[in-house]
Amino acid sequence: MRASDLSREPELVLGKLQEGRGSVAIVGAAESDRVGKQPDKSALMLHAEGARNALADAGLSVSDVDAVMSTGRQTANEVPEYLGIRPRYLDNTQMGGCSFIAQLQHAMVVINAGVAEVVLITHGESGRSRVGMGARTVPSDSLGGQFEAPFGVGGPATRYTLAATRHMHEYGTTKDQLAEVAVATRKWATLNPRAAMRDPITIDDVKSSRMIAWPFNLLDCCLVTDGGGALVVTSAERARDMRQKPVYVLGTGEATHHNLISQMPRFHVWDAAVQAGQSAWEMSGATPADIDLAMLYDAFTIVPILALEALGFCESGEGGAFVEGQRTAPGGALPMNTNGGGLSYTHSGIMGCISSSRR
Amino acid sequence: MPDPYEAPLPKPTPETRPYWDALRKHELHLQRCGACNEAYFYPRNFCPNCLSSDVAWFQASGRGRLHTFTIVHVTGPNPVLPVPYVLAMIELEEGPCLMSNLVGVEPDPSSLWCEMLVQIEYADVTEECTLARFRPVEGA
Ligand SMILES: [Zn+2]
Repeated sequence: MRASDLSREPELVLGKLQEGRGSVAIVGAAESDRVGKQPDKSALMLHAEGARNALADAGLSVSDVDAVMSTGRQTANEVPEYLGIRPRYLDNTQMGGCSFIAQLQHAMVVINAGVAEVVLITHGESGRSRVGMGARTVPSDSLGGQFEAPFGVGGPATRYTLAATRHMHEYGTTKDQLAEVAVATRKWATLNPRAAMRDPITIDDVKSSRMIAWPFNLLDCCLVTDGGGALVVTSAERARDMRQKPVYVLGTGEATHHNLISQMPRFHVWDAAVQAGQSAWEMSGATPADIDLAMLYDAFTIVPILALEALGFCESGEGGAFVEGQRTAPGGALPMNTNGGGLSYTHSGIMGCISSSRR
Repeated sequence: MPDPYEAPLPKPTPETRPYWDALRKHELHLQRCGACNEAYFYPRNFCPNCLSSDVAWFQASGRGRLHTFTIVHVTGPNPVLPVPYVLAMIELEEGPCLMSNLVGVEPDPSSLWCEMLVQIEYADVTEECTLARFRPVEGA
């Protein structure tokens, strides 16, 4: 490079992400061979199964992959070695159940920056059988170990309930409204042969199921299963000649506002989802009225209600009323979590958008 | 209280040790920023609101409100309290919110409500560790 090039003022490139609409596409999507209880599979095996199935779906091989994005205990460092991939870009983002959705945006960024052309996003989790998962411990000198664990935070049900109780206080949201979500989601699961729970349930069934952590009964809580899955993402240009009809990514968003539940700024509003949603709507140019199908994380029945409000499907505080009358069930105005969701289909602990893309 | 106490115990770190030391003396100490006047929790050697290092410890009143809660029925092998117990977020008079347990009340949704007035109760769970728990204010 000549000296004159080195002394040149760097060009400022800003705002490109919001121009990313349709610039990349999902060209392969798959789950592990089975989902549900799989004591014969380690978490890493589930990662690999999803990855191999997704690559086969895309008609690609490991040598085509130049970026790997993974999360969970089996991290992006282990997955490439296990699969024999030598990526030039790794992403190890760990933000719980939304990691893979965030990584879809990360894939868009690295593809559009020219850093990678084919991105493999993988997930595998032995959430139920706990094979190859390591111990589930919170270090006693971590922030969570000092300021939450001594008070009996025992798994996600004790965290999301704090949001649910405050939502009920602020807006009058009821247990019946929470149960509507579980009932509607189960109706979708009855249509999915792979779903773990396929027997129809009623609002009374939800409310009379075993109490886990008030206000959540057992049927307000997602399943805990074993499963894996993967996505293959590439540029829109390359996607045109691939085996599958591309699923173009029109809008993405990501935000984080707190790590510890005790640091959540407002318990009755999912502020981080508001921010991420604004980004996705802005990029896509779409509005809630354009959406025919919503796949909203449903670790617990309150979560899609918070998400519907945060994403503008209804006003703040109206999420409970919104889901009444089985509005999100088959035949309802807004089909939601049509695979049966985490509540009735599968939930390995953290789950992604894999089956959403399969549709 | 089970003897010995087998539920998770905190292990203080340099920036949090004054908080835990104060609790052992049955005092609730928080930090306030001299630059923006914000009180905050958990302890840090700078203000999370404005990043100033001009922060100082002060003794808090131990009074607050029940901001939100859950009544935990299912736990692991060493629960912090007999089930069902109340896991609570307490909004302190001075502003910050902290996680705690609400004791001295029926663990039943009909006995509990958000914004209920509460006051601190010091729980000496081991010789080295005192936890800040809360109970409803009498007659409130
Ligand atoms: Zn400050």
